[in-house]
Amino acid sequence: MAERKIKCVLDEKALHTVMLDPDKCVGCVTCMKRCPTEAIRVRGGKASVAYERCIGCGECVRLCRHHAKLPAHDSWDTLGDFRYKIVLPPPSLYGQFNNLEDIDIVLNGLLAIGFDEVYEVGQAAEYVTDATKTLMQYGGIESPIISTACPAVVELIMMRYHNLAGHLLNTLAPVDAAAKLAREAAIARGIPAEDIGVYFISPCPAKVFALKMGFGVERPYVDRVLSVSDAYMRLVPAMAALTDIKKMSKMSSTGLSWGISRGEANATEELKTIAADGIEQCVAILEALEDGGMQDIKFIELNACVSGCVGGVMNVENPFVARSRLHYLTRKLKNAPNRMDDIGKTADYFLWEHDPTLKDVFKLDDNRLAAMAKMIEMDSIFETLPKVDCGLCGAPSCSAFAEDLVNGVIPHDTKCPRLGENKEGGK
Amino acid sequence: MSETRIHQEYVVSGNNFASAGSASEEVKSTLKKIGVASSDIRRVAIAMYEGEINMVIHAGGGVATVDIYLDRVEIVLADKGKGIENVELAMTPGWSTAPEDIRALGFGAGMGLPNMKKYTDEFSIESEVGVGTTVRMTIRFG
Repeated sequence: MAERKIKCVLDEKALHTVMLDPDKCVGCVTCMKRCPTEAIRVRGGKASVAYERCIGCGECVRLCRHHAKLPAHDSWDTLGDFRYKIVLPPPSLYGQFNNLEDIDIVLNGLLAIGFDEVYEVGQAAEYVTDATKTLMQYGGIESPIISTACPAVVELIMMRYHNLAGHLLNTLAPVDAAAKLAREAAIARGIPAEDIGVYFISPCPAKVFALKMGFGVERPYVDRVLSVSDAYMRLVPAMAALTDIKKMSKMSSTGLSWGISRGEANATEELKTIAADGIEQCVAILEALEDGGMQDIKFIELNACVSGCVGGVMNVENPFVARSRLHYLTRKLKNAPNRMDDIGKTADYFLWEHDPTLKDVFKLDDNRLAAMAKMIEMDSIFETLPKVDCGLCGAPSCSAFAEDLVNGVIPHDTKCPRLGENKEGGK
Repeated sequence: MSETRIHQEYVVSGNNFASAGSASEEVKSTLKKIGVASSDIRRVAIAMYEGEINMVIHAGGGVATVDIYLDRVEIVLADKGKGIENVELAMTPGWSTAPEDIRALGFGAGMGLPNMKKYTDEFSIESEVGVGTTVRMTIRFG
């Protein structure tokens, strides 16, 4: 395998992960306080996102009681954009339906609502698992290997845990592998490349963003990213109206279990693995790994959402309900995962085409001395603040307020609203 | 003009395992903000975390003083614990005060101090039985 090089640049995200409905935002501090990267500020009574710090985890969407935060995704109208439409249903999708006994009902339903072909992401996940096993032996990746299936976690590592970049599993996400395989097969069958549109039904904004930007790939394999909830509304009546259910599913229990936390880790068949879910637990694991812990562990699966992909904010069902349904469905499937051999591929086919880019969004200044001066100034401002992290100033914590001051994000004479008028908020 | 320095002090609580690592976490965050190379941050993290844990387990807590300069970080871990009888022995990889049955469970591998030395550029330890232990470490940024 080629030497892994990680580039280091600052880049602005042109595309957004979450959007705000300003009419619904009441300017409360709920989303701001819980954002794991402190990317949100409340300015002028409305929440705003510093997108260069957003990892797309969807916590703000999940937490907003006013439904003012909306995950970005393509509209259903984009089905008209291509002549030959391939849809990629993720394992988590099957957890959305009550009393589902057969995955083929969902797959047939997808054809009924306008798609021409279905390729299960779970099937591709099994090839990725197969490739992972090879890479764990010969890939030269630092141990423990960290899964790259959750794009929110990978974004977080790219921003804040640069020294863990060498631990990242350099395989395509199952959705990219599915898109690559399905597109290739369609072209081989004589369908003109320009007619083919690959659609993913996404459980979360992080996947939308990753697929639009193309993570680890030269250019995006997926053309449009729809939301599970949009698909759900159309699928339910279509599934109920099915008269003939064709046998379509090629996925085994291994692929299906990727939709829930631990699925990917168990699929490696390693004895010592960790599977953490929920962004706060993921952060705890990454911090501990940085401190030199968990050296006996071979594989770490991290999912930003509680319960795994079934916990994504674009789903309709409660994560724990969806999780139990997937458990039930895995028992009905064969336990004979698809292998790369079956389709004549080797691990190379499933590797990143290039390494992802590290991001320096937390650095105070490119010049270290200037950054240190800012840090010292921040500390002295912080000492004057009440340290109660109330959020009244529009920053999530007193330290974030101090940081915004030294970074010039807010005017240098901005005062802490909790301090009396005679007290200086600044130095 | 004096050398630019970021000075941080952390009280490491002796009876709270859950708080062990929080000083290391803060220092990491600062080093990331001033753009220190990730490989150096990792060395600091490992050395500091080991030191914090040692203070929690063996010394009933202590104080971690961290001074960050343009080209290095200096860490002093000072405790008023029971002290180390034979420092040279304690520095031997694999030497541990943990009883055999505990070691069989995978704890107390005796790599704490040796690892701190391994990951730092300068390392010194002073200890007096009944008085306490002070560890000084310097990590130079590459």
